[in-house]
This record gives sequence, structure tokens and C-alpha cells, in this order.
Amino acid sequence: MKVDKELIRHVAGLARLKLTEKEIEKFLPQLKEALEYFSKLNEVKTGNAKPSFQPVEIKNVLREDKEEKCLTQNEALSLTEHKKDGYFKGPKVV
Amino acid sequence: MLEFIKKIKSSEIDIVEHTHKVIDECKKINREYNYFNFISEELALEQANNIKKQLKNNDKNIKNKKLLGVAVSVKDSICVKDVESTAGSRILKGYKPLFDATVIKKIKEEGAIIIGKTSQDEFGFGSFSVNIGIGFKVPKNPIDNERTCGGSSGGAAGITKKASFPHIALGESTGGSIAEPASFCDVFGLCPTYGLVSRYGLIDFGNSLDKIGPLGKTCYETALLQEAISGYDEKDSTSLNVPSQDYTNLGNKNIKNAKIGVIKEAFSEGVAKEVKKKIWEGIKKLESNGIKYEEISLELPIKYGLAAYYMIGTSEASTNLAKFCGMRYGISEKLEGNFNEYFTKIRSGNFSEEAKRRIILGTFARMSGYRDAYYIKAMKLRALMTQEYKKAFKKYDALISPTVAILPPKFRDIEKLTPLQNYMMDVMLVGPNVCGLPHLNVPVGYENKLPVGMLLIGDHLQEKKLLELGSLLEK
Repeated sequence: MKVDKELIRHVAGLARLKLTEKEIEKFLPQLKEALEYFSKLNEVKTGNAKPSFQPVEIKNVLREDKEEKCLTQNEALSLTEHKKDGYFKGPKVV
Repeated sequence: MLEFIKKIKSSEIDIVEHTHKVIDECKKINREYNYFNFISEELALEQANNIKKQLKNNDKNIKNKKLLGVAVSVKDSICVKDVESTAGSRILKGYKPLFDATVIKKIKEEGAIIIGKTSQDEFGFGSFSVNIGIGFKVPKNPIDNERTCGGSSGGAAGITKKASFPHIALGESTGGSIAEPASFCDVFGLCPTYGLVSRYGLIDFGNSLDKIGPLGKTCYETALLQEAISGYDEKDSTSLNVPSQDYTNLGNKNIKNAKIGVIKEAFSEGVAKEVKKKIWEGIKKLESNGIKYEEISLELPIKYGLAAYYMIGTSEASTNLAKFCGMRYGISEKLEGNFNEYFTKIRSGNFSEEAKRRIILGTFARMSGYRDAYYIKAMKLRALMTQEYKKAFKKYDALISPTVAILPPKFRDIEKLTPLQNYMMDVMLVGPNVCGLPHLNVPVGYENKLPVGMLLIGDHLQEKKLLELGSLLEK
């Protein structure tokens, strides 16, 4: 696959990043080099190996569905200036 | 350290006076070396005053506290209640957590004094602590200030070496960020088994890779902090429910029956001759203590570990960093435009270059069509690498390699490296990190006036063996 400015712009957009033209110029050879190196992974025959999503085996943990103490509404809202009527206030949706 | 804690308990040393001195020294060191993003003077003195009061009242509990009065610095990516915690990023500027990370809760209960938040690569994205967030300062090597102190727990390693007062540091490693700076700063650094220490309250980088662990001037001090922070935590779904261990009673004579594997691939051409020389001296020292070694081949981790690590690491980082958007906490700006426009503005203006690069790499690796080729492949490789290590641990108690292939480089030489060359710095360390294996940096002396560190890698939950070997080398 061709790694070019258009692709970088597209992927950055997916991650909600807007890069300047200067950043794109700089990143292009760097990302090409890194992705080329990562393609080394194709050399390894992994066959039917089970993907290891965690490095050690972990069991699922369940707990009783009981009410516990948590942050109050005021506490949760205390770290932002963007709030109104007990809610977080965000940018406009429509 | 033990002597110091005794003197605090007997009030021979006044804890409040002592803490004032500690804070003054930190401020002085910080003016030149930039080890702290924030010195938590207010919290430290409040804790000291509380301890003094309890001592005065002959509080019975106080006598059992393992870290009473000991200064502990905390990597900036670990949340401390009411103390600015940014993981070295401008996007979290002003964030004062409403809660303590589990490790902080634990060390507070043991009487530790929290002196501040140490500098790091933004979110842990680096090996030299030069990939700092916008507006942060680069920490300098305590032995030669024209050189890096390593990273990403750079400030943690630097202050551990430089502090004249009893001190231990809490660091965090995703791909080598404890052992590598420990090696460059001539201190011990233990990255424990994945899941042994709770990650609750860690500003995460890669959920399947992150480990919190200690850095100390001595093996004993490192073990002491490890003992305090280990343990099951129901708040962390990946926490291991295993019996607690005594790490500090070092000196078990049985360790002399240990057998060690020296990783052949880790002494290739690219490794500096000064580094090889000191590591071999260390191996000979172990041998003179009766420990047998053999050279072994471990192909996958050294050859493909980096590619697997950066695939997993950037993929997980790109999803973790998706939550930083200028709402609810951290930096915020005037609410303008729609959701996407506002988030894009915040993220583009407040992440540094390396964070953007890693987000892009990780987003790419997870895109449909590429997910199987890259991400799943890396996860499969992790399984195969773990098998290779496990096979070796059937025969050997620990594996040895250099911690880093080179001596601590100068800043002006780091500037010339491409991002990929930067990533290569972790070649010895990514294997154990990807597979969640405990590893310990042990200082093995100086060459050309610069420190060299030996890496000891153990099987899952075999931290104790590594600490035993480390303490043999320390003598």
C-alpha cells in the first residue's frame, strides 16, 4: 500500500488530528520508515498461534451488582469550567 | 534506609524538619536537572506533620509502617489526589485527580512522603525523556548533564541517583521505561510481572503492556517499594490474584545454585564494546559466587520484538489517547465549532509531535484491512515469544543481556536520530515487556566515566530471584 500525504491526512483525520503541511512533510518519510520496519512481522510464520491479547492469563472477574460509593455530581464536574445545570457542557452537536 | 526509618520512629530525626530539607534539596536539584514536573511541597509537609502527630501520640500503628518518613517521587503518569498529574502532556495541564492510584494509596498507608511528580516523555513515548509535552523541560543525566538520563521514567531515575536523602521512586514501564533510565543513571530499576502491581490510577499508554515499578539506589530499597505496592486489586481487571511475597529478606544462600542463560543475540555487533566488557565482568562476578551460566540463543524477541512491541504499543496508545478531547478534565478552550472541530483543535494543539506520530501509526495498524496483517500478527508473535522464553526458563533461573546497547548518549547526538532509530534503543527491553516478564536493571560499574547496566530477566512472578541476583552483584 502506498504511504503518501493523502493517507497520512486521512489517518490523522480518523484520530481527530489536523496536521500542518510542515508536519505532514516531516512525518511522511518517518512513518514510511517505521511501517516498512513493522512489515518485518510478515517474515515470521505465526501459523495457528493463538493471539495473546494479555501477556499473562487473566480470568474474568465478576462482582455483585451492588450500589457503591462513587464521585458526587459536584466532584465529577469540579475539573472543568464547561458545565451547566449539573451536566458537562460540550460543543454543539447539530 | 532501615536505619533512617528507625530514627524516624524513635523521633531521633524530626520528620517535619527532615521533609523541609528534602523539599529544599529537590527544588535546588530541579533548577539544574528538571527531574520534577511538580514538587508537592504542600502534600509532603501535611503528611510529615501527620506522622509527627501520630508519633507524639504514641500511635501503635505507626511502628509497623514499612516506609515511614521515606521520600517517594512519583512518575507524572500516576495519579495523586489533588496533585497535578499530567503524564508530561499539555493536554492534561491542570488535571488534579479526585482520587489516588492504588499504588499511591498503598504507599501512603505505609507512611511514605510524596515529594513530587517526576518528568517523563509525554505519556511514556520515548527512551530519552526528550519527547516531552509542550511546555515541559527535559531532565538531564545526573552523571553528565550534556547527556540523557534515559526514559521514559527519566526524572524518576535522575532524582534516585541525585538525592542525598533516603528516597525511592515509582516509575512505569511499557517497553523498557524503568530499566533503561535506571541503567543510564546508575540505579536499580525493577519492572515487575504484568498484573502484579495494580494499574488503577495510571494514566495509561498500552493496557496490555503497562507496569508500575520501583527505582532505588540499592537493591534492598527497590525491593522494599516493590513489596509495598504488590498485590491484588479488584479495581484493576488485569490484576493478578497471587499470594504476597517477602522481597526484602535478601541473602538466601540457595541463589548460588541458580543457573543463568546469557542471551547470545544481545551481544551482537551493534552493542558498544564498553557495554559488553562491563556486562561480562558482571557475569564473571556471578560465576565467582558459584552461579553457572551458559550462552543461549533467543531469536524471536531480539529480532522481531521491536516490531511487535511498537505495533501493540501504538495501537493501544492510539485508543487510550482518544479520550483526551478538552472536556471534563485537563486543558480546555473556548467551546467553538461542532464536536469534531473542537476535539480536533484541542488535540492538534496540545499533543506533541511524538504523540501525534504514535497515534497515526496506531490508528493505521487498527484500520480495517490492516488489522489482521499488523495488530493480530503482533499478538500472535507475543504468544510465540512467550513460549520461547518459557522454554528457556525451564532450564534457567534468569536470563542476562545488556539493558541498553550503548552508553548514555549526548543530547546533540540524539537530535540526529530518526524516530525508528529512537525506537531501536529498546531492543533488549521490548521482549520481556511485551511478554509481561519481570526484569531488573543492575548497575555493573562505569566505563569512560559512564554507567553500564545489566538486565536480568525472570519468569513470571520470579521477582525475588532477580533481586537476589542483583544483591549478589551489588556486594
